[in-house]
Amino acid sequence: MTAQPPGGGVPFIRLDGVKKVFRTRKQEFLAVSDATFDVNEGELVSIVGPSGCGKTTLLKIVAGLFPHDGGTLEIGGAGSDFDPARDVGMVFQQPLLLKWRRVLENVLLPAEILGLPMGEARERARGLIDMVGLAGHEQKYPYELSGGMQQRAAIARSLVHDPRLILMDEPFGALDALTRERMNLELLRIWERSRKTILFVTHGIAEAVFLGTRVVVLTAGPARMADRIDIDLPQPRTLDMKTQETFGAYTRRIYRLLGVA
Amino acid sequence: MGPGLSAQAIWRWTAIVIVHLAVVLIWYIAVEVGDVPKFVLASPRETLLSLFDTYPWFHNTMVTTAEIFGGYFLAVVVGVGLALLFSWFRTVDTLLMPLVVSLNMVPKVALGPLIVVWFDYGIQTNIIIAFSISFLPILITTARGLREVEPDLIDLVRTLRATRRQIFVKIQLPGSLPYIFSGMKVAVVLAVAGAVVGEIIASDSGLAYLIGQVQVTLDTAAMMMAVILITLVGVVLYLIVLGLERLVVVRDARVETV
Repeated sequence: MTAQPPGGGVPFIRLDGVKKVFRTRKQEFLAVSDATFDVNEGELVSIVGPSGCGKTTLLKIVAGLFPHDGGTLEIGGAGSDFDPARDVGMVFQQPLLLKWRRVLENVLLPAEILGLPMGEARERARGLIDMVGLAGHEQKYPYELSGGMQQRAAIARSLVHDPRLILMDEPFGALDALTRERMNLELLRIWERSRKTILFVTHGIAEAVFLGTRVVVLTAGPARMADRIDIDLPQPRTLDMKTQETFGAYTRRIYRLLGVA
Repeated sequence: MGPGLSAQAIWRWTAIVIVHLAVVLIWYIAVEVGDVPKFVLASPRETLLSLFDTYPWFHNTMVTTAEIFGGYFLAVVVGVGLALLFSWFRTVDTLLMPLVVSLNMVPKVALGPLIVVWFDYGIQTNIIIAFSISFLPILITTARGLREVEPDLIDLVRTLRATRRQIFVKIQLPGSLPYIFSGMKVAVVLAVAGAVVGEIIASDSGLAYLIGQVQVTLDTAAMMMAVILITLVGVVLYLIVLGLERLVVVRDARVETV
């Protein structure tokens, strides 16, 4: 499956030579250099690379958390009204749930901040809690949930204001291997049902290939973009694809790009 | 949080009662078996009976309670209030936080006589001493609680263009509550100490004042009773604070002190 952009071939996100330099008093540090890739609406693009390769920085640039120092970044495609406040949902490695709020209230946080009508938002939040597999846990506090369940709540929260773009920064990095596999399948299911565009940052090569319609490979210092790879595996993805030769070929190629193999 | 008392809670309360009774028992045995002179250590019975002596117990207990509670209340209001100012105005924080750290090092007990010189002696002065000893820990822990916010969480709400007010009301303030309470719990002990110091330095009423009075006549039982009453006032205040904490802070978020 390769999603075709609806707006006459204009991609949803377009990065062209995006660069980011951090300056301290004494030195400059090139965090991102020449990131160039497109993301079509409805795609799930993985960004993979070792720690310190600037992938989180790249994500935060797309999120509008800080400006880039060069190149072009366009989000929303032609003529569409992309509202950076309402159309971005974020998931981090830590669930970052508010300890003093129950699951439902946690999921509602973005709706409160954006001042959305709460009646509707509540309905939506319940639906999303269902979708991420937390039905019946609405009234629990975060400490009553396992790490995987907390992260599900965080995913529901990222969707509550119905954003067009979800940015995920190693969302399953803190989970144990088995929970992580399960969450990968869950994410694909959620992605299929919600039809959101997802940018997924990870340092897991197999995870990047398994989830992504496309993988962007970044290398560490000097940080730069090594390649973009279309992942031509059928949708929906299943776990046994991981043992197939094509899957292995993709991961080998990325290992090689990152200088591991 | 759950309704009713769980088996665990019943056991905890039983343990509390048993341990306290055990102390009284050991005290009793020590006096009876050890044959300690009465003016050194009075027995539990004598101590309790001293309540029927002609000392103005009730009045003095009320005075000390007013000093402790008054000083403590002021400490919470000023401590939390200043911490909020620090968090809202960075310049205030930069200017005054180092001063707060230095002030924290000042042995507040040593300030007692000075405060008496400035404000004359009396209940209001002892309230000020109790306040000055106990507000700094509240200020420091609250300021820390307001600062302690996950940077990623701030990023998350910044992508939603949250206002400073929203960040404060929805994240910072509720997030700092456990810290406020941990400071408040420490401050109870200090407020009690402050009131006592004030009464000992200069005063004409209060339980610690009474201790000074009866010491002259070597009425050890009354001295011990006064100490017990001061302790009880402190315990009542502490239990009130614990109860409040239970009401407003979710269990997992509580910062354990003692």
